[in-house]
Amino acid sequence: MKPQRKKRLIAVLATVMGVSIAAVLLMYAVGENANYFYSPSDIYAGKAQPGKTIKVGGLVVPGTVKRGENLLDVEFVIKDKSHQLTVLFSDVLPDLFKEGQGIVATGKLIDNERFVATSVLAKHDENYMPPEVKRALEQSGHPVKTDTATEY
Amino acid sequence: MIVEIAHYALYLSLLVAVVNVVVPLWGSFKQNPILISFARPATYTQFYLVLLSFVGLVYAFATDDFSVEYVASHSYSKLPMIYKLTAVWGSHEGSLLLWVLILSGWSAAVALLSRTLPDIAVARVLSVMALISVGFISFTVFTSNPFERLLPYFPIDGRDLNPLLQDFGFIIHPPFLYMGYVGFAVAFSFAIAALIGGELDSAWARWSRPWTVAAWMFLTIGIALGSWWAYYELGWGGWWFWDPVENASFMPWLTGTALIHTLAASEKRGVFKTWTVFLALLTFSLSLLGTFIVRSGVITSVHSFAQDPVRGMFILSFLMIIVIGSLVLFMFRGGAVKSTGKFQLLSKETFLLLNNLLLSFAFLVVLFGTLFPIIMEAFDKSVSVGAPYFNKVFPLFTLPLLFLVGIGHWLHWKKHPVDRLLKNTRNILVLCVLLVGLMSVVFYSFANTYIVLGVMIGMWIVSSIIHDIFNKTQHASSRFDALKKLKPSYWGMHLAHLGLAVTLLGILFVTYGSKEELIKLSPGETYEFADLAVTFDSLQQVRGSNYGATRGIFKVKEGSSLLTIKSEKRRYTASGTVMTEAGINPGFTRDIYISLGEPVSDTAWSVRLYRKAYVRWIWLGALIMALGGIVAMSDKRYRLKIKKKIINTGATG
Repeated sequence: MKPQRKKRLIAVLATVMGVSIAAVLLMYAVGENANYFYSPSDIYAGKAQPGKTIKVGGLVVPGTVKRGENLLDVEFVIKDKSHQLTVLFSDVLPDLFKEGQGIVATGKLIDNERFVATSVLAKHDENYMPPEVKRALEQSGHPVKTDTATEY
Repeated sequence: MIVEIAHYALYLSLLVAVVNVVVPLWGSFKQNPILISFARPATYTQFYLVLLSFVGLVYAFATDDFSVEYVASHSYSKLPMIYKLTAVWGSHEGSLLLWVLILSGWSAAVALLSRTLPDIAVARVLSVMALISVGFISFTVFTSNPFERLLPYFPIDGRDLNPLLQDFGFIIHPPFLYMGYVGFAVAFSFAIAALIGGELDSAWARWSRPWTVAAWMFLTIGIALGSWWAYYELGWGGWWFWDPVENASFMPWLTGTALIHTLAASEKRGVFKTWTVFLALLTFSLSLLGTFIVRSGVITSVHSFAQDPVRGMFILSFLMIIVIGSLVLFMFRGGAVKSTGKFQLLSKETFLLLNNLLLSFAFLVVLFGTLFPIIMEAFDKSVSVGAPYFNKVFPLFTLPLLFLVGIGHWLHWKKHPVDRLLKNTRNILVLCVLLVGLMSVVFYSFANTYIVLGVMIGMWIVSSIIHDIFNKTQHASSRFDALKKLKPSYWGMHLAHLGLAVTLLGILFVTYGSKEELIKLSPGETYEFADLAVTFDSLQQVRGSNYGATRGIFKVKEGSSLLTIKSEKRRYTASGTVMTEAGINPGFTRDIYISLGEPVSDTAWSVRLYRKAYVRWIWLGALIMALGGIVAMSDKRYRLKIKKKIINTGATG
């Protein structure tokens, strides 16, 4: 093999190796840092691990929004058709947070009934239902209205 | 009536675009000058028709024509006029029309400004651009028509524009972003035309360069505007969320930045040509991917307004046609491209290659994070990838890149002598250490290692620029004369790199030097925060034309000056939407940002206080980068000497 060719071959091989290693590492990093979504039923069934950052979603049960002593601590219950989950949060709720509305919260489970949220997301379009919540509701047999504001 | 004319004009523009795809391209193969000469007039006609159509829609908004469904859904009789006009691109249908208008505008600009290029090449470029127009106009007309009427029963009033979008930042953010996105269609079309014609010489790179820089400049501003808008409008002072839609605009920016650099190498040294073509194809494909992500609603995001599977399928099919079509063409014709230049390990070429490698990796990081949820969706798993992933992995590639920025630009093409490299590096390092020392005394106390590292890299870039300008002027009799002799493209490059350093510093300072607190405060109370004393002065009820608001007035004592900051909680009448309007006192070194939360007792409110250090620098840096783009484009080089090349390529083409 000519030295010129050999040099080029080494360069190509090195590039391919580098790219593959980087791709594998990237895949790993993405997988490690991805937050999986669970419905209250999933959590009841013990599918989610406490202590890991996950997302939960459901409809806010009317009448369950309670303020703690600190006044910034807030607590509410979300549900799908069959199960409920208590969400603890100590921050300002989003502008569009409303009882009866679908929300998605990110945070960690304490046990199978309580979830500490670091962020609560309600969409800026009030007719809008987060797709995860919609699907979770559908899977648990809850009727879902898609085009109008949902009232429960 | 005017709406019907506008509607008709859009259909007509589709027809013109179809003809414009076929005729000039066919003419270019047949070498028929009459068919070739068809391209320019057809392009202008398409532009005027789309413009007419767009003006028609604007008119419908201005006159509150609620019989048009799109107007009824996104406007309101009491909406201020300026927002009525900009509501045109407030949602899916209208923003697509804006997209089409801008695409037609870029095509017309190419037709107008490329007089010095061979007609046959221009005809091909315009044909390819018309093909993209066909895709987007039919997308608009067949799946997202903004001119649909609600007859005979139409509402008396509209449902109002989404309050988040009733804002100055929003008025200008989409047009700039689209100018950038669509602008890369020009580089794409030049690349495709060159592949078709098989004439990828350095003239091709020279023609593409100013267009690519222009698109890049618009995209830079567009992204910065989006970041600025999110910062003050979403009410909690974040300036970048790694949201899929932000990523969608950031990916073409990364590859577009790589493209600008490799175009320089291709034009000047005739190297990396195949890679350059590939990047041009990739960058526009990513613009389309971005459109797909935004328009199909496959990813949960604050931006996803359209949840229509038909639209998603249409865009996905179109994306596939463009990507597969251009890749096939690239495979068959790209191989014929031979890079002519040779270079040694220590040269500007190598560093440009490293720049491209690192930018490509940074792009892959963003791509993986953005697409991972979609891929997992196929396995019926709902997943989101958030900021922790991006914040961890992205700097792994970008910090080394920023470090190399301080070396690459002053290296010689082809071969750089080792002893000179060492000497220059030493000088820059000395300058860098001096600057960092100066900064630590004057500006900022360095709180942690990231800031120290970041400031060093930032100052490393700045030092290399100062050193290079000093070097380039030292042999002249007078430094001032020498400065004047330096070319605009040279200044443009330095400005862009300087902007990068400024943005880097802004990001670091705001991330590690900011303070925030969430407190409970009643009117009359004062809270000591950072070096500020914040007094909740009073609470007022105010009325805007289409909303009612609770306004908190805050008096902030900063040193000896007393500032008044107003933060509002608005409720929009037509939609019933509640929105926080943060109160911001902007400054060069800090922003004071107060966001009214919610009432937590009879008198007390939850209030968020932020002191954002140097946050403006993030956008200031982006503006400096964009300015660099403008300066570089003004270089005479792009307008001279082209005549000579025409003779060469005209004969072979």
